[in-house]
Amino acid sequence: MTRPATADIAEMSTALLNARRDRVPIPPLTDRFPDMTADDAYAVQQGLVASLLADGDSIIGYKLGLTSRPMQEMLGVDQPDYAPVLGSTVYANGGTVPSDLYIAPRMEAEICVILDAPLSGPHCTAAEAWEATRGLVAALEIVDSRIEDWKIKLPDTVADLASNGAVAFGSQVVPLGDFDPALLGMVFTRNGDLVATGAGAAALGGPLDAVAWLANTLHHLGVTLPAGAIVMTGALHAAVPFSRGDVFRADFDRLGPITLRVS
Amino acid sequence: MSTLDHDAAVERLTNAVRELTATTPLTEHHGHFDIPTAYDLQARVVAHRLEQGHRVIGAKLGLTSEAKQRQMNVEEPLYGWLTSDMRVEPGSPLIVNQFIQPRVEAEIAFLIGDDLEGDDIGAADVLAATAAVMPAIDVLDSRYAGYSFTLPDVIADNSSSAGFVTGSVLVDPTGIDLRLCGVVLEVNGQVMATAAGAAVLGHPAASVAWLVRALARRGEGLEAGMTVLSGACTAAFAVSPGDTVVARIDRLGTVEVPCR
Repeated sequence: MTRPATADIAEMSTALLNARRDRVPIPPLTDRFPDMTADDAYAVQQGLVASLLADGDSIIGYKLGLTSRPMQEMLGVDQPDYAPVLGSTVYANGGTVPSDLYIAPRMEAEICVILDAPLSGPHCTAAEAWEATRGLVAALEIVDSRIEDWKIKLPDTVADLASNGAVAFGSQVVPLGDFDPALLGMVFTRNGDLVATGAGAAALGGPLDAVAWLANTLHHLGVTLPAGAIVMTGALHAAVPFSRGDVFRADFDRLGPITLRVS
Repeated sequence: MSTLDHDAAVERLTNAVRELTATTPLTEHHGHFDIPTAYDLQARVVAHRLEQGHRVIGAKLGLTSEAKQRQMNVEEPLYGWLTSDMRVEPGSPLIVNQFIQPRVEAEIAFLIGDDLEGDDIGAADVLAATAAVMPAIDVLDSRYAGYSFTLPDVIADNSSSAGFVTGSVLVDPTGIDLRLCGVVLEVNGQVMATAAGAAVLGHPAASVAWLVRALARRGEGLEAGMTVLSGACTAAFAVSPGDTVVARIDRLGTVEVPCR
């Protein structure tokens, strides 16, 4: 029996909770349960989130992961994944990230969508996502893995909050208008050196396609995206490892810049 | 001492184009030669096209990203010349079997409005002399098997120049920050790569300025009316008959070419 039983799922949620708290990574869950499914993994994630909420945290929105084809090919999947974004993990624009809060952190620049109206599946389109959008915000995500050395298969990262660590948002919410969010350009620098560039289409073809995918996927769980929810739509480039003293800046066309420093 | 036989080297490259058959790097046959010599050979390869009745209508840059420069262990980009036979007109297909091993890249193209020359030209001079910018698809075709070459080899091969398509709407660059413009390359509706203009030497106009300064070393320059492909924003992708290639650039528009 290489699929986890209910007790195993609860045990994995607890192991991930402890790994987050103690900053000590654990072996891949799929080492012990090679046949673990994505559904099993989301059950682990839900258990983990329930514990975090019981500790006083909140859900402010969602993040998508595995949104680019290179990442999907690396993990041998043809779908992204998602996890809630927690209220306790938000940094201010210009803020300082203590690197010792994380295990093996990496930085990503992405477009964040803020909803104005509730959005639900099962047949949500990018056009409906557009209608429900208040605006776009420049964002950074710190991804981290509570799994040793990022040795993740799909169920490992799904269970581990889609490898979410923390987020930060730019200072302006820019309404949609006479531009295509899929073409929004982004220039990413570390300590002033160019490390990556990208455009909105890198994540699932565009930010609003990403939101529609999320709304449809959450529908299966009976969840509606509420008004005001934020959606981190996925990295526009390969994630960048960082170390103490680094200053990251993502400069988005139309959305402006966002900066984080690492201490 | 190098035993480079210029005639034989040029003939190897022009034969490869005529016979649509890849050859082996010149440096394997003739030993290493330096960069100025490589541009001498390039000039003769281009002259061969002019002898066939074609005109020089522009230039292109290569190795404009730090990643590619590191890969080739160089600290400078390179350039080649675009001739009139390389242009694919809007609405016309790219005929794949007219190339050896074609690959496509998305780029920002500059239509030069005023002659540009000098060893002190900067990005602002380039923008001031630019009549328009356009989205472009650069079609590379190395005459060396498997794109396996050293820097002097690829320069002699006119920097793999083979074909190009530009968008048919001319856009005034005034007020556009080309550094931040998003670039998306699609093949058959699939997003193959994305970037922003900064991927090209930090700014596409800085890339064109480098070209003008490099040309000044040889007493050359850019003329009004020339089209300059400022360098690949994305990786290059192989194409086959039946493919449709689309480059979309924010604020500049779209250019599309079907492959036959």
